[in-house]
Parts: sequence; C-alpha cells; structure tokens
Amino acid sequence: MSSKGEILKRIKANQPQLVSELPDLNLLGSEQFDVLETYKTVLKGIGGDPVEVADYNEIINYIKSNYNLEKRLITTLPELSEIASLDWKTVDPHSLQDVELTVVKAHFGVAENSGLWVTDDILGQRVAPFIAQYLAIIVHKKDLVPTMQQAYDRIGKMEYGFGTFIAGPSKTADIEQSLVLGAHGARGLIVFLLD
Amino acid sequence: MSSEKIIQHSEAAAKFNKDVERVNWHDETLWFVRAKRDKSAHQIADWELLRETASQIKFNVLSNIHDYLVEFEANAQRNGIIVHWAADAKEHNEIVHSIMAKHDVKQMVKSKSMLTEECHLNDYLAEKGIEVIDSDLGEYIVQLRKEPPSHIVLPAIHLKKEDVSETFHEHLGTEKGNFNPQYLTESARQSLRNTFLTRKVALTGVNFAVAETGEFVVCTNEGNADMGAHLADVHIACMGFEKLIPKREHLGVFLRLLARSATGQPITTFSSHFKKPRDGKEMHILIVDNGRSTQLGREDFRNSLKCIRCGACMNTCPVYRRSGGHSYHNAVAGPIGSILAPNLDMSKNADLPFASTLCGSCTNVCPVKIDIHDQLYKWRQVLVKEGHTPKAKTVAMKTMATVLANPTVFNIAGKSGRFVMKNIPGMVNNKMNKWYDQREMPDVPEESFREWYKKNSRESKEKGNE
Repeated sequence: MSSKGEILKRIKANQPQLVSELPDLNLLGSEQFDVLETYKTVLKGIGGDPVEVADYNEIINYIKSNYNLEKRLITTLPELSEIASLDWKTVDPHSLQDVELTVVKAHFGVAENSGLWVTDDILGQRVAPFIAQYLAIIVHKKDLVPTMQQAYDRIGKMEYGFGTFIAGPSKTADIEQSLVLGAHGARGLIVFLLD
Repeated sequence: MSSEKIIQHSEAAAKFNKDVERVNWHDETLWFVRAKRDKSAHQIADWELLRETASQIKFNVLSNIHDYLVEFEANAQRNGIIVHWAADAKEHNEIVHSIMAKHDVKQMVKSKSMLTEECHLNDYLAEKGIEVIDSDLGEYIVQLRKEPPSHIVLPAIHLKKEDVSETFHEHLGTEKGNFNPQYLTESARQSLRNTFLTRKVALTGVNFAVAETGEFVVCTNEGNADMGAHLADVHIACMGFEKLIPKREHLGVFLRLLARSATGQPITTFSSHFKKPRDGKEMHILIVDNGRSTQLGREDFRNSLKCIRCGACMNTCPVYRRSGGHSYHNAVAGPIGSILAPNLDMSKNADLPFASTLCGSCTNVCPVKIDIHDQLYKWRQVLVKEGHTPKAKTVAMKTMATVLANPTVFNIAGKSGRFVMKNIPGMVNNKMNKWYDQREMPDVPEESFREWYKKNSRESKEKGNE
C-alpha cells in the first residue's frame, strides 16, 4: 500500500511548527499511603480476593480446600507441582479450554489499582490467565508498589513479547450497569500475598 | 454516503424524548457513571496534576507526530509486527480484507474498536462474505440487534435488561422473560467462548501505541481482546494515528486516567501490552488517517486529537444523557464526537456542534483537558460561515441582526412583539416557533426596559431637583 508517504507528508505539513516539551514525570507518584492495606482494599473493591500466606505450603493447602483437584489445574511454578500440572507450556493454546484454575506468579503488584504485572515468560502461554475458569496469582508483599508511576519505573526497559496488568476477575457491566463477574476470562481472582 | 438522508440531531432526539420514562432512566444511568468517575478521581491526590501532565504529553505528541510515527513503525517492524498505513476508511477496510483473503479465512472475532465502527468495517466485510462477531458484550448485543453502539465505552447503555433478554431469546435461545443480567451474561459467555476457540483471525482496537518500543496497549474489562488475540493465528490491530504516545513510561499517566474517567474503576481489568507476535503467528497494525491529518491542521480543533476515548464527556453531557447516542448519527457520539464529526463531513454533521448547552461540564471532566465546549462554539461559527446551517436559522439570525442594529426597528419590533404575545398568543405559541417547542413563553412586560428607564430616570431627576 502506498499511502504511508502521503499520510506522513500531510501530517508534517499540518502539525504545529513548535515542538512542545514533554512534562516532568518525577512530579507524580508521591502520594503516601499504606501500600499493603490499600492493595487489599482496592482488590476487594473490584471483586478479587486477597489471601495473605507465609509460604507455598499455605498456598497448596488453600487450593486443596477451595478447588476441585479432579479438574485441570495448571501452573508455571514447580513449587506447586503437587496440585497443578507443569507440562502444558508448549501445547496448542486451544487445548487449555478445560482449565479450571491457572496459578502464576506476578513480577509485582500496584496498590492504587490492585493490578498485577505479568509477562509471557512467567505466564507459560499468553492465553493461560484468560482461558481458565479461575485464576490465582502469587505476589510477594515486598513487590507491591504504590502507583503506576513506580510500576513503569520498575518495568523500565524490560523485554517481553506480551505483558499485562491484571486487576481483578474478568467482568462486565454492559447490561444495565449491573456488575457481573466472569465475562470471558476468569470468574474469580485470588491474589496470594506472600511474605 | 453523503447522499444519504441524515436525520438531524434535534429530530432524532425528539423521537428519543417521546418515552419520558426511558429518557429519565437513561439520564440517571449515565449520571450514575459520572458520579462514580468523580468519586474515583477525588481519591487521587495528584488528579489535576495527572490531567495537566497527560495534556502536555499529548501536546508534545501532536507537535511531533510525524517523527513518532516513523519511530513507532521502525520499532514495531523490529518486533516482528507487520505495519500498514491507510489514508481513509476505504483503504482501512481493504487492507483488513486483504489480510483475511491472504489467509483464506471467512470468519473474524472482533474486540471493541470504535475506529472500525467509524470505517463501517463490519458492513464492508459482510459484503465480501466474511462473518464478523463482536465479542465485547455490549457490542455483541447491539450487533445482534443490527444497531450501532450508542456510546464508545458502554455500547448498549440505551438498552434495558428486558431488551437484552428479548434479543438473546431470539438469537441465543435463552429463556423468555429471564431478565437476570448474570444469566444473560453467562449465555453470551458460552456462545462467545466457542467463537474464540474457532476463529483464526482476531481484530482489536488500540488504546495506546508507544513510539519508543513499538508496542501497543489494549484495555478491556472482559478479557475479550486477549481471548481473541491469543487463540488466533492472526491478530490485526487498528489504530488512528493519534493513539501514539512517546515512551512506555507515559502509559503510567494514561492508564491512571483512562478507566477512572470512563467508569470510575481504578484501572481496566486487563491492560495488555502487545509487543511481538507469538512464535509462528502474525501480528498486523493498521495506522489510519481518515481525516485526522486534516483535523491536525485546523488549529482551533487540533486538540480534539488528544482524546483517549474514555467517554467522560458523554456521561456528563446534559444533552447526550437526554437524547441518546444514536441521535448523533456518528460512530463517536456526545460532545467529543460532535467535534470530530464535522471534520469528517461538514454538511452531514453540521447539526452536531449545536447539540450542546455549552455548559462546559465536558471540558471539566476531560482527562486530557480538551477545550471541548470552546471547540463546539468555534465549530458553530465555522459552520455558519461555510453555509452549513439550516435556512430557517440563517434567515432568523439575519433578521435578528438587522433588528438589533437599528434602534427604531428594534423599538417597533419590541412593541409589536409584546402586543402579539399578549393579545394574540396563538401567533407565537405554535409549531412554527422552534423556541416554543420545548419551552413556555414568558409573561409579557407592560413596557420595554427603555420605556421604563426613560420614565424612571426622569422621575429620579425630578426627585433629585426637589
């Protein structure tokens, strides 16, 4: 297609003569609040469940008592091999359609919106957190940052093919503004806050 | 397209206004969203600083967009993304179709993209025998009903759950009379899951594209963009060129503003950064102009290209809330749509900048500080000058100008006006008088201000002399 040159020419002719400076982002993100408490409050507010745990054993016990282990549980974490399978990273992503629970670990979480930053290298497959009926994400308490400002400082030049902030379970309010959890993705999100 | 008969906003709004109960409900529903936005914004100490920062970033983008686009394309290509450029809607649609044709695929799953609405992609592909299924629940509902979305964030906001129930009963075989949103959403989930699992091509919109890294971000609450894109062999992402931002770190500013302004959420459930295609799969980006470069050259309206499509201006607009999105006959409705639409076609959309009270509420809630109500006011002047306003209005305004410019004529007009309104009100209070349409006419004073002043100033002078 040959439109590129034409479009760029028109843009160049029509954009303002003077280049405006970029603002200083360091002025942002100075808000002070209790990071862990805020994280939990915001997560609950958008339909997620925070669960504080001391170690992986507690996570295993929690999953054992809250999910049906007869169903397909998958994870990327060898620590959880007792309850979830690890050998699905190279299968056809469509075959993950029957997954009941996906458990992954986040790089870090953001207190102001409860978002968790995950990238494809820790997701195993990009579709894994979306296609499962339920989702559990583990994050270290020390890896919670206050706002998105610190979040992008932390991401910096990080290399990834795909990355996403996940904040709560999939949801919709498209029918008369009634909130319904579980639109297309996970119906519920547990966030294990690890010491 | 331009030969189509367009129903004017006021006419369409009058139809919408016939069902008073529904109008009140529509008004309250949107105000509820607006109130959530306020609550959410007030929780951020830096809110005003964020708005100002976002606005400045967008200024920088607009003044340097040529170079950023070149940078973005190079980086995206380095990431393995195939980049296309489309001058207008037609070319956009042709490119999408050519990708489908190359892969010999006749079905597509789409995530919400207002740009494809603007380009009427669905209709175009349908003509080519390609089935498109919109996967955002609101879009899915309006698509089944063969309606366009009435809001850029809440596409089915004009519908009640009874309407959705009826639509799903007809198309998905759900239980008749079951109005439960949970039940209805679950039915759509089951039906669309099958769609996601079987489509080879997924199309999404783009919320932000980053020049520095060549990646783009798609925000959804439902996860539909991700379900589509991660299961398909080909991911096509369509963006207006103004979606560009300079650096990855700037996403921090915009992601803090977008969902809070749109629905009052702290952030959308998923803010997905697509940088590279999956191994062996294809990722395409279409960079679309479709009138945007013209708008860039209109100094008074350039700022409208800062828009991040949050819909806050619609939710707060007293005219939008009481006239409904469909009365705007444009893919983007409400205040911002009324600025963007005349740029695309002045004669077709000349009515839209007049569909505003100019109260300024839109400007106050805009997360990137677009001077929306000022631009609406400026469009009115441009449209009148270029002769795009209705004849009756032009004649009325010209008459008014003559009357106001001549004291004698003004006096006579005032006197006869007062006489007519008092003694033969039927001559004024009728359908010919557009002002009377939705208002009570005022009580007529006994005398004009000038007469009153003359009398009183004489009296006070006389008093002063005593």
